[in-house]
Amino acid sequence: MKRVLAFLRRRRDESRARTDGGSTESRSTARRWLDNDFVRSAPFWGPPFLLMGFFVYAAIGWNFLLSLTDYTGFGGADYSSLDFENYRRLFEDPAIWEATRNTFVLLVVFTITCLLIGLGLAILLDRQVRFGRGFRTIYLLPFALSFIVTAQFWRWMYNVNDGIVNQFVGIFGIGPYNWLGNPQIVLGAVIFALVWQFSGYTMVIYLAALRSIPTDQYEASRVDGASTLRMYRRVIIPQLRPAMVSASVTLVLFALKAFDFLYAVFGGYRPRQGADILATKMVREAFGQSQWAYGSAIAIALFVLSLAVIAPYLYNQYTRGNL
Amino acid sequence: MSERSVSVGDETSDETTTAFDLRRIGLYATMLGLVVFYLLPIESGLVTSIKTSEALINTQPFAPPGPAGVTLEKWQFAFDTLWSGMINSMLFTIPATLLCAVLGSMAAYGLTLVDWRGQVAVFALFIAGIFIPYQAVIVPLTQFWSQYAMLEMRLGLLLSARSATLLELIITHTAYGIPICTLLFRSQYKTMSWEMIEAARLDGATVWRIYKRIVLPLSIPMFAVVFIFQFTQIWNEFLFSLTIIGSVSDPAASATLILSGLGEALEGVDYPLRMAGAFITALPTLVVYLLFADEFAEGVEV
Repeated sequence: MKRVLAFLRRRRDESRARTDGGSTESRSTARRWLDNDFVRSAPFWGPPFLLMGFFVYAAIGWNFLLSLTDYTGFGGADYSSLDFENYRRLFEDPAIWEATRNTFVLLVVFTITCLLIGLGLAILLDRQVRFGRGFRTIYLLPFALSFIVTAQFWRWMYNVNDGIVNQFVGIFGIGPYNWLGNPQIVLGAVIFALVWQFSGYTMVIYLAALRSIPTDQYEASRVDGASTLRMYRRVIIPQLRPAMVSASVTLVLFALKAFDFLYAVFGGYRPRQGADILATKMVREAFGQSQWAYGSAIAIALFVLSLAVIAPYLYNQYTRGNL
Repeated sequence: MSERSVSVGDETSDETTTAFDLRRIGLYATMLGLVVFYLLPIESGLVTSIKTSEALINTQPFAPPGPAGVTLEKWQFAFDTLWSGMINSMLFTIPATLLCAVLGSMAAYGLTLVDWRGQVAVFALFIAGIFIPYQAVIVPLTQFWSQYAMLEMRLGLLLSARSATLLELIITHTAYGIPICTLLFRSQYKTMSWEMIEAARLDGATVWRIYKRIVLPLSIPMFAVVFIFQFTQIWNEFLFSLTIIGSVSDPAASATLILSGLGEALEGVDYPLRMAGAFITALPTLVVYLLFADEFAEGVEV
């Protein structure tokens, strides 16, 4: 794209030089300044950038500053004495380590499961099926719903006495379990519900990538006598890597900030033991207990973890010329 | 697509017809099984929401109640409780969606139209904004609205407390929605035909004119995608509602906020009421999604 633009600009300059008869050089600096690409485009991206920049980047800086104070309770923060006390507290808080462990379990299991199920769904839908759009609409439907809404459904599904999940496992002679109350299984139950909601999303990402693979590649591997399984493993799936990367980034970042579902499914700031993650811990410390400064410190930890995912991804996109 | 479908379908033509049929049957059976998996929690919620307390005990959670066990009482109650929340959600979701779309389109145009140093950096900052966890900004955000902006106090003569909160939500949702909208528009503008624009530019059209006359009309399909996608995103959002509005009983409480506290009583959870509330809250997004599933999927893809 950049090359195209550069080419167009060169062509424009050439033609302008021709028509103006070389007057470009005599133009005043002010005129040239006004014609500058940066200046001409600024009115378009400037206002959105300022609004977004204030609420995103200035707020992150402010959040960091808050994490250095000892702001608790009502009233405003006192910025006169700043120290890293909250970060020390962070490392010494056993609940943080538990939340971090849960966050990573959620992140890994949730992301991998979503990627696998999404890939399976996309391959199914990519195989000349009737009502393909109808199936896609149904599989993606949970993703269009609010977490607060789906949490209500899953509270009912996981109900101890006569929930559908317990009835289902009862067929195999096990259970009933207190899915949302037992610390051993609660995280698994939450991940299962989140996979239900997000696998349609990965499916859509994979499907778009599958459909952009040229037809002749399918035909070529068919002519070579490759089986369907082999064709997908050797020819198709390797080409889905970019789709997989971008879907993983979204899923991992979601797993880091997942709060809404946990809040709604447990009916408050405090998830049942075994399901506390950094995101819920952060909101609880700040908004549940008014430990604003400490909450901000956890928020910075979350931000750093997110950055560890975002930065390589954006750099990769940049080197591939996708930005 | 159809061309390839044919070739994929042909794969088994040299095998026996029965094998072909069995494979197709297996494929459709799997897909229908998955339909059950994805719809069961929703279906169960729907039938539960119309059950009387007796039917709730006597019927399976996924089975519809008999005629005697049907009641709309829970829907009525949930509707009465959620109605003000639905209005509030509409009042901030629609303006925020429109603002996001317009600002996102402008930003994408400004960053695609021209080529200057640092442009990629600015765009990267927009893109990174999509992924920032809201937790990293939520404390300063609530500080900003409650202790610095204080719209309610400053604009007290013009706005009620409720309108002030709604205005805060509109601005907040707009600011955090701009990055994804910019990305969506940029994905279109990158592939747009620039010959026409270059021609207009040579004819002396200003950047504004090019935007208004050429780029905007060409972006109408993308505006539809952005509207659909962003509407559901903002409607479904919860953390801002929880922290900026604060209380379920606030006159500005959004639908998701009220739903989060619905049916919680000392004697246990009223499941039919919660299910009815969940459907009422989800209704606008469900309608939009079912009518414009393609646009929604396109918004997800980018």
